[in-house]
Amino acid sequence: MAANLSYLVASGLFIIGLKQLSSPVTARRGNTLAAVGMFLAVVVTLLDQEIVSFGTILVGVVIGSAVGAAAAHWVKMTAMPQMVAVFNGFGGGASALIAWVEFTRLAEGSPGVSAAIAVAVVLSLLIGAVTLSGSFVAFGKLQEWLPTAPVRYPLQHPLNLLIFLGLLAFAVYLIGGAAGMGNLMAITGLSLLLGVLLVLPIGGADMPIVVSLLNSYSGLAGAAAGFVVGSNILIIAGALVGASGIILTHIMCRAMNRSLANVVFGGFGTGTKGE
Amino acid sequence: MTEIPVFGLYIFVLAMFAGFEVITKVPPTLHTPLMSGSNAISGISIIGALLIAGQADGTLQTALGLLAVILATINVVGGFLVTDRMLRMFKRKS
Repeated sequence: MAANLSYLVASGLFIIGLKQLSSPVTARRGNTLAAVGMFLAVVVTLLDQEIVSFGTILVGVVIGSAVGAAAAHWVKMTAMPQMVAVFNGFGGGASALIAWVEFTRLAEGSPGVSAAIAVAVVLSLLIGAVTLSGSFVAFGKLQEWLPTAPVRYPLQHPLNLLIFLGLLAFAVYLIGGAAGMGNLMAITGLSLLLGVLLVLPIGGADMPIVVSLLNSYSGLAGAAAGFVVGSNILIIAGALVGASGIILTHIMCRAMNRSLANVVFGGFGTGTKGE
Repeated sequence: MTEIPVFGLYIFVLAMFAGFEVITKVPPTLHTPLMSGSNAISGISIIGALLIAGQADGTLQTALGLLAVILATINVVGGFLVTDRMLRMFKRKS
């Protein structure tokens, strides 16, 4: 009860935080409020849930905090978008890992994995892995480690379609209940490949928009992971970011006088820029 | 177990509506900080990571759980700190 109320408070802080982040006067306070909400959610989870081993968690939180704080401290101001891309990719990766581990845990147990949970597992793996690999390609382009010009390759459309159909087949197989380690690996591998192939054809100048779109995806991946582990706070915060991320992406497109379809499919077809 | 996803769907849809409504007009200078701040919120997967790491059984689950906690924590801690850094700068400029 106390835990659920605390999660409700955290959700409220996320919503108010996002609202305040979109106005210059209150933006910094909004960020702090959201951070307080996150801290509250973490503490409540550690105190209340059926967590049995704290050793792993302690090690993970210490390493993650050190790396995150160091990266945030040392990154150059001009390199902010690529930093956000990397953080975002990690968040997506975490969601995919959550789905993976929870699936194997449930599959070993007695009632097994219900079809509804299996759908959520597929979605977390798919969206999480696309976010992970797509964010790293975006990072590479912003950092100019990868060619910033749109990269095109032969049979781009058919290849993406083939990967998508393959993903669908493995997903049906998994949801049908006949799934093993190989199946999870296939879905994750194909999704990682899809993330790379979707971002590579997009030009470097459009990367901030792509990072914003991938940010929205990582929210949705988090929400899907929330369905997998049965956590309402994940569903709420994930859906919030998923929806507000789409709106922000749209606003950014308008500010740059581009349409989202134009950005995403800009590298396809003739490759000419603009309307 | 089966009724949880349906209840979850209610929450999901309502939270999506909240997300659509909460952002309306954003000045261009705030685009990147807002993206960064909402990215930090999407680090909420840290809660899921804590749950699976805390219940992990066996070496593989523990290793993957640890990795999930590390990645999500980097997302959360780095995300909020980097957003604050950007907003501090923004304030000084204006």
